[in-house]
Amino acid sequence: MKNYLYVFVIFCSSFIYAQDCNSILLGEIVDFHDNSTLSGATINITGKNLSTVSKENGKFTFKNLCDGVLELEISHPECTTKFVTLTINGDTFYEIRLEHHLEELNEVKVIGDVPKSTNSAQENILSVKDIERNSGNSLGDALKKIAGISTLNTGGNIVKPVIQGLNGSRILILNNNVRMQDMEWGEEHAPNVDVNANQNISVIKGAAAIEYGGDAIGGVIVLEPLPIVRTDSLFGKTQLNLSSNGRGGNITSSLTKSYKSGLYIKAQGSYKKLGDLEAPDYILSNTGINESGLSLNIGKRDFEQGWEGYYSYFNSEIGILRASHIGNVDDLINAINSDVPSVINDFTYDITQPNQEVTHHLGKLSYYRRFEGFGKWTTQYDFQQNRRFEYDIRVGDDADKASLDLKLTTHSVLTNIKFDAKEGFDLKVGALGRYQTNFANPDTGVRRLIPDYDKYDLGLFAVGSYELNKDWTLDAGARYDFSRIDSKKFYRVSRWEERGYDVDFADIIIEDLGTQLLVNPVFDYHNFSGTAGFHYELNDKNHLRFNYAYSQRAPNASELFSDGLHHSAARIELGDLRIKSETSSKLSVSLERNTSKWGYTFAPFLNSIKDFILVEPTGVEFTIRGAFPVWSYRQTDAVLLGLDASLYNNWSSKIRTDHKFAWVRGTDTETDTPLINIPAANFTNSITYTNPKWNNFLVSLESQYVFEQTRFPDNIEVFSPEQQENVILDINTPPDAYQLLSLNTEASFTLKNKNDLTVGLSASNLLNTNYRDYLNRQRYFVDDMGRNISLRLIFNY
Amino acid sequence: MKTSTTMKRNKTLKTVLALSLMATVMTSCSSDDDTPEVVNEEEIITTMTVTLTSADGTATLQSQDLDGDGPDAPVITADNLTANTTYTGSIELLNETETPAEDITEEVEEEADEHQFFFGLTGSLTDVTYSDEDGDGNPVGLEFELTTGDAGSGTITITLRHEPTKPNDGTLADAGGETDIAQTFTVVVE
Repeated sequence: MKNYLYVFVIFCSSFIYAQDCNSILLGEIVDFHDNSTLSGATINITGKNLSTVSKENGKFTFKNLCDGVLELEISHPECTTKFVTLTINGDTFYEIRLEHHLEELNEVKVIGDVPKSTNSAQENILSVKDIERNSGNSLGDALKKIAGISTLNTGGNIVKPVIQGLNGSRILILNNNVRMQDMEWGEEHAPNVDVNANQNISVIKGAAAIEYGGDAIGGVIVLEPLPIVRTDSLFGKTQLNLSSNGRGGNITSSLTKSYKSGLYIKAQGSYKKLGDLEAPDYILSNTGINESGLSLNIGKRDFEQGWEGYYSYFNSEIGILRASHIGNVDDLINAINSDVPSVINDFTYDITQPNQEVTHHLGKLSYYRRFEGFGKWTTQYDFQQNRRFEYDIRVGDDADKASLDLKLTTHSVLTNIKFDAKEGFDLKVGALGRYQTNFANPDTGVRRLIPDYDKYDLGLFAVGSYELNKDWTLDAGARYDFSRIDSKKFYRVSRWEERGYDVDFADIIIEDLGTQLLVNPVFDYHNFSGTAGFHYELNDKNHLRFNYAYSQRAPNASELFSDGLHHSAARIELGDLRIKSETSSKLSVSLERNTSKWGYTFAPFLNSIKDFILVEPTGVEFTIRGAFPVWSYRQTDAVLLGLDASLYNNWSSKIRTDHKFAWVRGTDTETDTPLINIPAANFTNSITYTNPKWNNFLVSLESQYVFEQTRFPDNIEVFSPEQQENVILDINTPPDAYQLLSLNTEASFTLKNKNDLTVGLSASNLLNTNYRDYLNRQRYFVDDMGRNISLRLIFNY
Repeated sequence: MKTSTTMKRNKTLKTVLALSLMATVMTSCSSDDDTPEVVNEEEIITTMTVTLTSADGTATLQSQDLDGDGPDAPVITADNLTANTTYTGSIELLNETETPAEDITEEVEEEADEHQFFFGLTGSLTDVTYSDEDGDGNPVGLEFELTTGDAGSGTITITLRHEPTKPNDGTLADAGGETDIAQTFTVVVE
């Protein structure tokens, strides 16, 4: 800490007053960034009851001091509290530099005032309370609290977030500043993160946060640990959740040790186990989950420099509904026409085939350094490995063998410089290099759905924000991304010809094995993205944000290379080597009002996507096992138009109501038909009663109404071998509208420290309503989850 | 003192970063010449041959799909049958993607209690009876008898279910399980 003190002794006393106590300390408080003086800072001499406040010119004085060493505590409302040790030797002058960018040191009152990544885009933050209430759920479930966020489910445990109608590779998940590389391309691939590992979760809708990536057409989900308080402390938190539906629960615990020097160590672990989930009328057989997570942070945050090491481990084993494993198109027709699933077994905690097991390792090292009057330089290396096994129902010796075994390894290096020396103007420039390799294990004995590939990425960006005046802030950014995908893939000769690749890609064949071809597709993509917008503060209650984002996304491995029968989904998925980058232009506006009495957000958006990549049922192919629906990737132009709105009102100090509405309309503009898998409009209303005097008692009742999606692509006609005729496969028709009620209550108690124990009881789907959701891939087979009563105990220490 | 430890730490960090960068470059270089191993699917049934024998001779029904889950539909062939005749039927299953072809019939025989063929008849094909049974005395269907009616045409749909409910009432709905084969043959009865 001493090394950034600039000491100027202006007066060297020629007289020595041994043991005399009449020295004067003259000090000046200066902002580290722009050398401006800071008034209003409180300076205390620790151990002595002396204090003063810095004047207009940043200066302060203490008189009648004894020579020797003393410690000052300097605090300023906009700065971090700082302790300075100095030596008084006669009359002494010290210049003290304060850091007044709170977010870097995260020392005081940061909670509730989390810095935003952009000024002009729509950004929402989940409160720690919301995360605690969803501790037993997935990330997607927790995010649903935010208007405009919905989920794409495969049952109750595989939950992918959907932001304003878009999901998968269009959503970037940033785990402690590391972009998750966890095979986000698959519809049944949920993000491999523990919702409990990071207590600071925010969502940026759209591609405005381009420093994180240029291809986040849907949005960015930022997961960060809570800021660590820079004092000598040791604290922890343990939460236990028990759920009636699934007859299990989870436990999560974290322990943080921090030092005044800025050093900190944090360890966190979670374990979750649920058995078969239950619909109102039957057991959803083979829908259990085992999940464990571990994370470790160690670092030092200092004013001038800091470093961090982070490691996280996540493992989940998830059962896939037994009844969703079907043989062919006739089984699918029968399942769609039947009200009850084909398999209902007794409740069990055992998970059998079909199931998936995924392990994700993530490690990072980062370092930052500040340069006076210049800015801050940050650099980071991260490593990730994602291993995914998918097990299918197989026979004979292969019964326990995985059908899909992929290992995705990613290394990234990033560096950026933030120039923030000039008040009101921030500029950040950065670069990213990434190498990724995918290995598809041939020991499965099943042809690879996703092939081996190497991928190289290079990104360069600049983002800036400028505070024009008190009311107007402008921000803008630009980014270039290069990516190369180099794959080695086997094609069946019949597929190669059926796709017409023998004409277009004849030159990439490297080996002809008779019935199969080994080919080496290498594709380069040059993508540009840019954003510009403003934030206008009409007054301190009303804000207007406007943002335009242009972004391009290169196709992922699944969109290019998918080729084969997905047994548990009973569908043949076909990628297309011809797919190119998609380009999105999105306009979003948000009008916000925030007061203690009431507030609202009204946020319409228009997203026009050229060459939008989508997968949808296109027909059937016949095999000896019968006919299978074919889902093909294709590109078209699309427009998504939508609105997210929310409103709250505090009727009294104890009663509050919240209302939110989200609607999105997706259209394929080439064919003028609706897009597939666009979430239905939904309307959520809740009333909450709180009484701080009764142990912070809270009770809230929420109603969620999900409309029927009336806009969907046409169903397809297929030949049914069983019926010996063409029938309509009702694969796209959405289910009916539904309404769910949920109840939540909690209170906090004091065991050792104030309010250190929180007890909560909540019930979702309170009335045990039978319903099916359009964005649940298991809607053909079963009803969604029934009532779940859960108890949570949160203990802080 | 403090400054020098900070510097040392910076050095260590830089070393770690440099090493990890090198590791990145090295892994990317070494993986370039990996040629993936080809996968020839083992469990796949490409060919079902039904041999029907009567006093008059032998007729064959065959479904052959050499590209498995590939785009080509199975090639179905069926000989003509004689009216008002009882045939002794047997089914052979092969995986012809391997050389020599793998006989899947044996696998079904070994796990007879986990498999069952179902026969759906229309038109001039009038009756099927099972001639074999598994260890529990339930029908399997690798051996059966097929009776034809008057001249005309008819269809026979042969479905192999894996892990059906056994015993069952002979319908697919009651049997459940996974479909390994489902093929329909249109037959001329003369």
